[in-house]
Amino acid sequence: MKRQQILYLWLAEGALDTAVIGWAFFDGAKGAGPLLPESEPPYSTGLAALEDGWFMQQSPSPYVLHPGAEHGTSYLPNEFVFERTVEA
Amino acid sequence: MPAPDHRLTTNEMAQFVADGYLRFEALVPASINERVIEELQLLYTTKMRQLVESVGLNPDDVAKTPSVSVSHPESLTPLAECYPPPSILGEMLRLPEVLGIIESLVGKNPLFDHDFVHYIPAENPRGQHLHVDAVIDDQQPSFDIQLFYFPTEVAPGAGGTRFVPGTHLRHTRAEGVARYQHLLGEQRYSGPAGTLLVFHQGLWHAGQPNPSQQDRWMYKIRLNPQVPQVRLWNTEDFEAIHNDARDHTFAHMRQDSVANTFRTMQPWQKGHEARYEQMERARLWRYLSGDEQFDVDFYHTRIEFRAGVNEGSAS
Repeated sequence: MKRQQILYLWLAEGALDTAVIGWAFFDGAKGAGPLLPESEPPYSTGLAALEDGWFMQQSPSPYVLHPGAEHGTSYLPNEFVFERTVEA
Repeated sequence: MPAPDHRLTTNEMAQFVADGYLRFEALVPASINERVIEELQLLYTTKMRQLVESVGLNPDDVAKTPSVSVSHPESLTPLAECYPPPSILGEMLRLPEVLGIIESLVGKNPLFDHDFVHYIPAENPRGQHLHVDAVIDDQQPSFDIQLFYFPTEVAPGAGGTRFVPGTHLRHTRAEGVARYQHLLGEQRYSGPAGTLLVFHQGLWHAGQPNPSQQDRWMYKIRLNPQVPQVRLWNTEDFEAIHNDARDHTFAHMRQDSVANTFRTMQPWQKGHEARYEQMERARLWRYLSGDEQFDVDFYHTRIEFRAGVNEGSAS
């Protein structure tokens, strides 16, 4: 039976080949499929995840800069979402 | 190391602005650490029962919580009136070393906002998601502080608070950062008994599982400033390291200045986001130092200069 694994990667820039600065992993296979290391980034860049077989589902879009809020910082802006299906 | 009068130095204040926290290793003496646990246990039970009775509607929970009550302050109480003798907690809060840190950041007599005892029993598998305390904060530069006091040793992996240095100036909803399971440079506290962490209100953090055999106790108190937080620390080193707006990476850059401290980024602050972090740090330092022209690498200055040109007032 196929199950979905989801990987969030937060990258240093908006380009997929920039460095991973944060990550989150959600495993719909409850450990029955391949896992990822927890204590270190699973990939050095977003591109490296693609090369390992992950399919990108979402990439961040450029956003409108509202007057007065051009320089503020909030959530990490470069959030990429990947998935792969595994047999479980 | 704080100054001889126990207040923070300019260098330490700059580090607080950059990282959002300061750490004071084994600051509280064993004579307090060893006696405070009993008081923390009573305070924990008192507060848990209050919570269960007010928001936990399950009568079984009330029955499981011992019926004890100890005196504890109301919000808006001046800190000097909180936990009077013979309270051991009060003894800790009135240590000259602790008062010096508090005075430097939020003034001599801040207001008590709230406190809580964070008890993680041995072999507790539950951890929290990353969060910011309270709700989304507005963008005024004044800030509260939170003291995290660890009266017993916390071994690595034994439930020490997880936190992400440098996140305090990012404008997020309290629960909106739960999605970040791992960030480069995040820390999980461990350290000797009596260690104090001092957080800016906005620092992202979370309680951790405690798989060890040792209970983990931590006392957290939030304090609100009553005065402008301008140069409240020991400023003997201020003139030596406070730079003017000409301290610029791509022109003339000082190696010994506040600006240079603000250029040092956390591992997760890679890429061009670092420039916006610098601007936020500079903005907070303008408030703390009282120098409205302070800048790091000219980002604010050139914008303000152009605004002056547009208004015809630039010299």
